[in-house]
Amino acid sequence: MAEPRSRRMQVEEASRPVLPRHARLKFDDSRQVWVILAPERVLAPDEIAVEILQLCDGVRSVADIIDLLAAKYAAPRDDIGVDVIAMLQDLADKGFLTQAKEKAT
Amino acid sequence: MSPTLTDASPVFADPTDGLAIMEKTRSTAETFGIPLAVLAELTHRCPLQCPYCSNPVELERSSQELTTAEWKKVLSELAEIGVLQIHFSGGEPTARKDIVELVQHATDVGLYSNLITSAVLLTREKLSSLADAGLCHVQISFQGNEPIVADRVGGYKNGHAKKLEVARWTRELDMPLTVNAVMHRQNLHQLADIIQMAVDLDADRLEVANVQYYGWALKNRAALMPTMEQIEETSRIVEDAQVRLKGILDIDYVVPDYYALRPKKCMGGWGRQFFNISPAGKILPCHAAETITGLEFESVRSNHSIAWIWQNSEAFNRYRGTGWMPEPCASCAFKEIDFGGCRCQAFALTGDAGNTDPACTLSPRHEEIFKMAETESAEGATRFIYRNFAGGTLEADESFVKDQNGA
Repeated sequence: MAEPRSRRMQVEEASRPVLPRHARLKFDDSRQVWVILAPERVLAPDEIAVEILQLCDGVRSVADIIDLLAAKYAAPRDDIGVDVIAMLQDLADKGFLTQAKEKAT
Repeated sequence: MSPTLTDASPVFADPTDGLAIMEKTRSTAETFGIPLAVLAELTHRCPLQCPYCSNPVELERSSQELTTAEWKKVLSELAEIGVLQIHFSGGEPTARKDIVELVQHATDVGLYSNLITSAVLLTREKLSSLADAGLCHVQISFQGNEPIVADRVGGYKNGHAKKLEVARWTRELDMPLTVNAVMHRQNLHQLADIIQMAVDLDADRLEVANVQYYGWALKNRAALMPTMEQIEETSRIVEDAQVRLKGILDIDYVVPDYYALRPKKCMGGWGRQFFNISPAGKILPCHAAETITGLEFESVRSNHSIAWIWQNSEAFNRYRGTGWMPEPCASCAFKEIDFGGCRCQAFALTGDAGNTDPACTLSPRHEEIFKMAETESAEGATRFIYRNFAGGTLEADESFVKDQNGA
């Protein structure tokens, strides 16, 4: 039998992360907080996570996201890069990010 | 940037939560907000006859069920008051002809929808329509890892093969899959194979749920109660698999509380985080609550709103928080940890839902009940009473059972 594959993605600058269809990022009007809805779970991402998740549209690469944030916060790209990749990997490990599917050409 | 995600329940259970503030004059133990998730039992009809079914022994007939329009109104109201997730359950929720319409409506009002199904009534077309209607997650129950045990437990021929097929369709349609395996003495020997089955089906989650003994399961306790040796083996297998399959399969494990030392924090505490809606529209603190006689449950068909029923009805307030507790709970350091365990179990085993759950070692009845479980598990009764609208049917032929088990 083949080894079961891991469904977790390895986040790199070239990755194009996107929320999987079962994870929904949504603003909860009645509690006035952002939430991620997933099977049997509701999570409360902090402001920074929300900002980054909103950039994960499956089109932007991680490199693009780092560029955007480095520009916005006028911070050294290397510092931002380390933080962003660590955060995205954490989200991916928890199953809330996946690699965008390659479009057949 | 460190932790970016926190489980929301503790956040919302915090007294600073906007909804809980309504109750700020009470202690922390008594605060409650609108639940994040609600279980909608659309129907009690089900083609399966599992002897541990969590539905009440007195099943609600289809003529009593809420109509499509009534369910839609309920879904809209739930979304409006701040519920985020809806679990469509039953009975078998796909026995409702309007299941796609209801899932679509949940999507339209912004609810995250889960389908909790036996899967045996689903076609690929129906499942595909559900996906198109926005269904977010599918949970399929399994009664074993192969048809001989599984089809006997479910009392439904070829059910197991059908479930495998629907599980594959679920993944083909790119929906996340949870395998729910209800475990008891007569299938615990298959646990390792069930875990592998979940991996092979590319499931995201596996729930290893030991039977909880109310209603139908209580009727069948002698045929279902695991032995102490089985439980020790089960915990070992689950813990090993949780490590081995990290990143591949999430495994949730529900221990049988007859063998636990502390009671479970049932439903997160009565009326604190959860309610469910019965097929006829009754709002219940848990799916087994109707087994407690003497409690009146309000319906969505009454002239009260769902939020009013949740916050004010007698049935929810009776065991909410810690004020109702007798000793040994009242002075117990764990009273805000486990909220006295399970009210339904206290009622089933002691005749009074206000007693300490006998699963707790501090209950005066604990010793007696533990011994009873041990004795029943050792006696080896195998015959099931199948769940149906007639109040249950005893399994036909014991020799059949023995043949099958020995095969």
